[in-house]
Amino acid sequence: MLATIIRRILQTGVIVLVMSALVFAALYMIGDPVLMMASPEATDLEREAIRRNLGLDRPLWEQYGIFLAKAVQLDFGNSFLTGESAMRLILERMPATLELATLAMFISMVVGVPLGVYAGLRPDSLPARAIMSGSVLGFSLPNFWVGLMLIMLFAVMLGWVPAGGRGPVEQFGPVALSLFNWEGLKNLILPAMTIAVAKCALIIRVTRAATRECLPQDYIRFARAKGLRERRVLGVHLLKNIMIPIVTIGGLEYGQVFAFAVVTETVFSWPGMGKLLIDSIVNLDRPVVVAYLMLTVVFLAMLNLVVDIGYTLLDPRVRLGGAA
Amino acid sequence: MSSLLEPAVQPVGVRSAAAGRWRRFAAQFVSSKSAVGGLVVLVLCIAAAVFAPWLAPQNPFDLASLDILDAKMPPGSTNFDGTLTYWLGTDGQARDVLSAILYGMRISLFVGVVSVLSAFLIGTAVGLIAAYFGGRIDAFFMRIVDMQLAFPSILVALVLLAMLGKGVDKVIIALIVVQWAYFARAARAAAIVERNKEYVEAARCMSLSWHRILWRHVFPNCIPPLMVIATIDLAHAIALEATLSFLGVGVPVTEPSLGMLISNGFEFLLSGTYWICFFPGIALAIVVVAINLVGDHLRDILNPRNEV
Repeated sequence: MLATIIRRILQTGVIVLVMSALVFAALYMIGDPVLMMASPEATDLEREAIRRNLGLDRPLWEQYGIFLAKAVQLDFGNSFLTGESAMRLILERMPATLELATLAMFISMVVGVPLGVYAGLRPDSLPARAIMSGSVLGFSLPNFWVGLMLIMLFAVMLGWVPAGGRGPVEQFGPVALSLFNWEGLKNLILPAMTIAVAKCALIIRVTRAATRECLPQDYIRFARAKGLRERRVLGVHLLKNIMIPIVTIGGLEYGQVFAFAVVTETVFSWPGMGKLLIDSIVNLDRPVVVAYLMLTVVFLAMLNLVVDIGYTLLDPRVRLGGAA
Repeated sequence: MSSLLEPAVQPVGVRSAAAGRWRRFAAQFVSSKSAVGGLVVLVLCIAAAVFAPWLAPQNPFDLASLDILDAKMPPGSTNFDGTLTYWLGTDGQARDVLSAILYGMRISLFVGVVSVLSAFLIGTAVGLIAAYFGGRIDAFFMRIVDMQLAFPSILVALVLLAMLGKGVDKVIIALIVVQWAYFARAARAAAIVERNKEYVEAARCMSLSWHRILWRHVFPNCIPPLMVIATIDLAHAIALEATLSFLGVGVPVTEPSLGMLISNGFEFLLSGTYWICFFPGIALAIVVVAINLVGDHLRDILNPRNEV
C-alpha cells in the first residue's frame, strides 16, 4: 500500500519534470527573446550583450538547470510588461479563478447529481430523455458561446446582472473574494453558470451511468427486499456507491475548470489567472506564460495523484497495484 | 486441390456479410429520429459550405461590393437601391451576415475535417503499432498519450498557437496535436483485442509483413470505435477552432471562421446590435449539435458498453 503510493508520487515527479522540460523547450527554443527585447537598430554586439545577460549563450542543459533551480524557488523571472514577479502576478489573480471554479463545480454537482440519478432510475421516461438530450447540448456547445448567450439574455436584454468584470470584493487577509456579498455574487453568477453548463452535462452522464450500473446489484435488491423505504435505498445504498465515480470525475474536472476558465474569464473580463494567461500570450509576456504553465502542470499532476490515492483510501475494492 | 480453392470462394461470402452489416447498421441508425435529423442538418450545412460562393448573396471578401453606409443594418433591411436584402443584417463593415456565415462555415468545416482526418490517420497508426508490438514501444507511446490527455485540450492548443502564431494551417496543426491521442488510445484498445484473434495468427503464419497485417486485417476491424471518436472529435474540433479564434489566436481576420465572426460581433453585442454576434453563434451551435447528435447515436450502436 505504502509502496504503491510512493511509486505514484515518484511517477508524478517524473511527469512534472518531463513537462517542465517540454515547457522550457517550447518557450525557450522557438523564437528568440533577444530579437524581441533589443531595439531593431541594435548592433550585433549589443545583441550579444543582451544574450549574455539573459544567459542564453550557455549550453542548453545548463540553461535548463538554471531554469529548474529557479523554478523550485518559484522564481520565473519578472514580467516583461510590468516588471513585477511573474509568480506574484499569478498568485494575485488566483483567488478570483478559485472562487469561480468552486462555485461552478458546486452548481453542477447540485444540479447534475439529482438529474443524473433520475435519468438512471427511469431511463425511458420522457423527462429522462429530455435530460439526456439537454446534456448533449450542454457539452457540445462551446463554452464561450454559452457565455455570450447568457450575457445577451441576462445582461443585455433583462439587465439583471452586469455583463462582465468583477464586482466589489472583501478582503480575507491577502485573499480577495466576492462570494460573500450580494453585488459581488451578481458578477460571479454568469461566468460560474457558463462553466457549470458543460460540467453539469458531464456529471449527469456519469451519475446516470453509475446509477444504472448500481441498481441491479444485490445490495440494492436486498435493501429493497428488507422493506427499506425507497428514499433510504436511494439516499444511502445507491448514493454512497455512485459517489465514487462522481467524486473522481468531479475532482478531475475541478482541475480542468482552471484551464477552461481561460475562455470564460475572457468572455466576462473576469480578472483571474486565465485572463492573465491570454493577455500575456497576446503581449508575448513570456515569464508569465511559463510561470502559469508550470503552475498548471504541477497542479494538475498533483490533482491526479490525490484523486488516485484518495480512490484507494475510499474504496477498499480498488487496489492500485492491481490496476497498474 | 479442392481445399486450396475454397478461400477463393470466401470473398463472396465475406462481401455479402459486410453488406449485411452495413444494412443492419443503416437500419439501426435510422431508428433514432434525432440522429437522422442531425445527419440531415449536417449534410445541409456541408452543402451550404461547399456551395457558399453560389448561394451567398454577396462575396464578403470582395471589398468593392461593400458599402460602408450599409454597416450595422438590422435583419431584413435592404441596401440603398433595393437590389439586395440583408436577411440577417450587416456587420460593422457592412458585410452581409448571411454571406459571412456561409463563407465562415466553409472555413470552420474545412479546418475541422482536415484536422480530424489527419489526427485519425496519425493516431490510428500509432495506436495500431503500439498494440501490435507491445512492450516498450507500447509503453512509450501510451505514456505520451496519458500525459497529453491529462491536460485540457484548450490549454495545449493555446500554448501551441502562442508559439506558432496565427493562420489556418497553424490552427490545423494545433488541432491535430490535440486530437491524435484520442485516436491512438481508442485504436490501441481495439487492436489489443484483435491482436490475439485467430485471423491475425493465420495472417502471421502466412508470413505477411506486419504493416500488411495491421492495415489490411486488423485496421478494418477497429473502425467502429474510431468512427465514433472521429464524429465526436469533428464537433470538438470545430468548437475548439471557434474558441481559439474567439480568443484571438486562431484564424486571421482575412479568413473569418464562425468563431472569428462571433468574436467580431462581440463588441457590438453590449450595445444591443445583437445580430452580428448572434446569428454566427446560432450557425455554430447548429453544426456542433448536429454532429454530436449523430455521434451520440453512433456510439450507442457501435459500442454500447461505453456509456459515458
